[in-house]
Amino acid sequence: MSRLSYVARLPQGAPPSAQNASQRLANLALRSIMASCLCITPVHAAGATISPEVSFTLQASYADKAGGERHISGFLPEGHAHGCDPKKLCLDHSEFMLAANLTPTLRASSSVIFVDAENAGEVEELWLQQVGILPGVSLKAGRFMSELGYANSQHPHAWDFIGSRLMPTVLSGGHLIHDGVQLKWLAPTERFVEISAELAKQSANRPKAWSLGAHLGDDLGTSHAWRAGVTYLDAKPRNRTGHVDDENEIEAQTTFTGTSKTWVADVLWKWAPDGNAKERHLKLQAEYFRRTQNGQLTCEDNRAEGGACVGTPSAFRTRQTGGYAQAVYQFMPRWRIGARYDRLDSGTLDFDSTVLPIELAAYKPSQRSIMVDFSPSEMSNLRLQYHRDTSMQGSPDKQWLLQYVHSFGAHGAHRF
Amino acid sequence: MRLFSLIALNWLLLLGLGTTPAYAQLTVLTCEPEWASLVAELGGAQISVSSATHARQDPHHIEARPSLLAQARRADLVVCSGAELEAGWLPLLQRESGNPAIQVGTPGYFAAAAFVTLLDQAHPGQLLAGHVHAAGNPHLHLNPHNLVPIARALSQRLQQLDPPQAAFYREKGHDFLARWQTAITKWEAQAAPLRGKSVVVQHGSLTYLLRWLGLQVVADLEPIPGVEPSLNHLASLAQRLPPGSAKAILRTPYQSARPAEWLASRSQIPARVLPYSVGGNPEARDLFGLFDSSLKLLLAP
Repeated sequence: MSRLSYVARLPQGAPPSAQNASQRLANLALRSIMASCLCITPVHAAGATISPEVSFTLQASYADKAGGERHISGFLPEGHAHGCDPKKLCLDHSEFMLAANLTPTLRASSSVIFVDAENAGEVEELWLQQVGILPGVSLKAGRFMSELGYANSQHPHAWDFIGSRLMPTVLSGGHLIHDGVQLKWLAPTERFVEISAELAKQSANRPKAWSLGAHLGDDLGTSHAWRAGVTYLDAKPRNRTGHVDDENEIEAQTTFTGTSKTWVADVLWKWAPDGNAKERHLKLQAEYFRRTQNGQLTCEDNRAEGGACVGTPSAFRTRQTGGYAQAVYQFMPRWRIGARYDRLDSGTLDFDSTVLPIELAAYKPSQRSIMVDFSPSEMSNLRLQYHRDTSMQGSPDKQWLLQYVHSFGAHGAHRF
Repeated sequence: MRLFSLIALNWLLLLGLGTTPAYAQLTVLTCEPEWASLVAELGGAQISVSSATHARQDPHHIEARPSLLAQARRADLVVCSGAELEAGWLPLLQRESGNPAIQVGTPGYFAAAAFVTLLDQAHPGQLLAGHVHAAGNPHLHLNPHNLVPIARALSQRLQQLDPPQAAFYREKGHDFLARWQTAITKWEAQAAPLRGKSVVVQHGSLTYLLRWLGLQVVADLEPIPGVEPSLNHLASLAQRLPPGSAKAILRTPYQSARPAEWLASRSQIPARVLPYSVGGNPEARDLFGLFDSSLKLLLAP
């Protein structure tokens, strides 16, 4: 009880800048869900028993990498990415989850992640989902991870590699999370056909957005299964802030207002001999995006610090692409190996560099990772990863990363 | 915009409602093949039944694949073992299917575990080592006596979901139970020589079968439930088990052959694969064949 209430209080420790109205509301709602579940377990409502699922996922990592700020060259930073200091034990993305089925078709779920760098908690998810408002249609409302592509709706502890891929980092600062509603419809067909739509309001540094996606999937024989689809995301950032270096190498704050249109294609293919993944299995996954941004970018006046920005807006247009492909193979029970290749193309960068004296030049950032992991039990995983990061022009980095993940409690199932 | 959403809503309604015409047979999805066999016994041609898994798949470790979601979407009834056996994938299958009819707490979800007493239930407050189901051992279909209350309850559920065919299901149910009781009497007579004999197992997958037949478990290949057999543990078992100390080393078709074969080669105790579920070997074509085959393999010298 004491530990749980400690976690529940954590969001209050978030810095004031993050404490906007919606987050305060989310914190309040989360605390009240937690309080009600802790005091009366199980709860009897309308004759049914509600058994809340409580779980905690510890994610500890250690990185042997170069210090200092790193950024992805050729791209404006989006949102905020969490990071760990080099050569220090880090609990980033450890997670506390609480979920319950309130009625047979109504589910509530929440998760708080630990943001180690700020020594604070952050409400990552807080939603209600009604299954079957129409046949095959589910409605989700609250804060949730967007179904953009494939991996975005996975919790970080379910990722197969340590650290974020380049693609979500440039698209959304690591994880596209919406405050809004999501509708999903599964067609009553032999083959898996799913249509999803999302609507998100502007919150914190996240823009107002809507998206539409379609996915197909099926089995091929008894050993193969696949899923593939496309998602279109249309966002309208208003005064979205980011930080870049200007031509005097002084940090400058940028503000972007305009439109951002993104297409994401994703494909997933899994193999397990005779459908039994326990012994051996192979998972191939790839995503690709194409994004156009069109609007006004302002580089805030930083001349007082010796910078070159004057604060005058300039037309700003980009057309950029990127993606990643990865393979993970379990060659014997408990042991897996994997490789991942990330690549971006800064593409068209169209702005007036005399008005915007920022460091944003054509570049093709990439990163190569290989990993091996071992699961002592179903609840734990120890992972070693080697990472060659060439996402920052002129400063390649070789990194060794070590991660330990352990889940306690009623841990929800992972999606395909 | 408003017109568009109205059209979209109409379209969804048409597609959604158009799938369950009143005259259609019931569509049943089962989590494991033993329940598909039982549904076929109880519903005959009135029911279209498929199983999400086959006997060579570990029912603990299944993924909610797109093909399974598509099946769950169209099901009128989902029949599973329950008792947390499918905790790693069934909740997801139910939720992501968007099908309100098959959610826990609705008549369209049937958990067999609710109708029998489970073995090896955890004591309140017991610290659970490894992969232990607090609710008890969920591999409950391997005691044929358990099938009696389950078949009765499932027959009633079919009658409730498909009232026009209620009399048909009732008759099928009586017929099945009569044949089943006769078979149990036959099996128990056949298996009498097994009482008190010792066996080595892997996981608690066969516990119900072994307790029913009075077989003694002298060792488990898993050091703790759900943890893969380690070489250390197997080596200590090989030392502890002299030749002849157990009748057989038993495993299911979904478990790896290697640990059992390794121990068999060291200890001179034969390794055997029991079918575990319907489809686990060619003889286990239905529930009757499952027990016929299991007994034959256990009785083999």
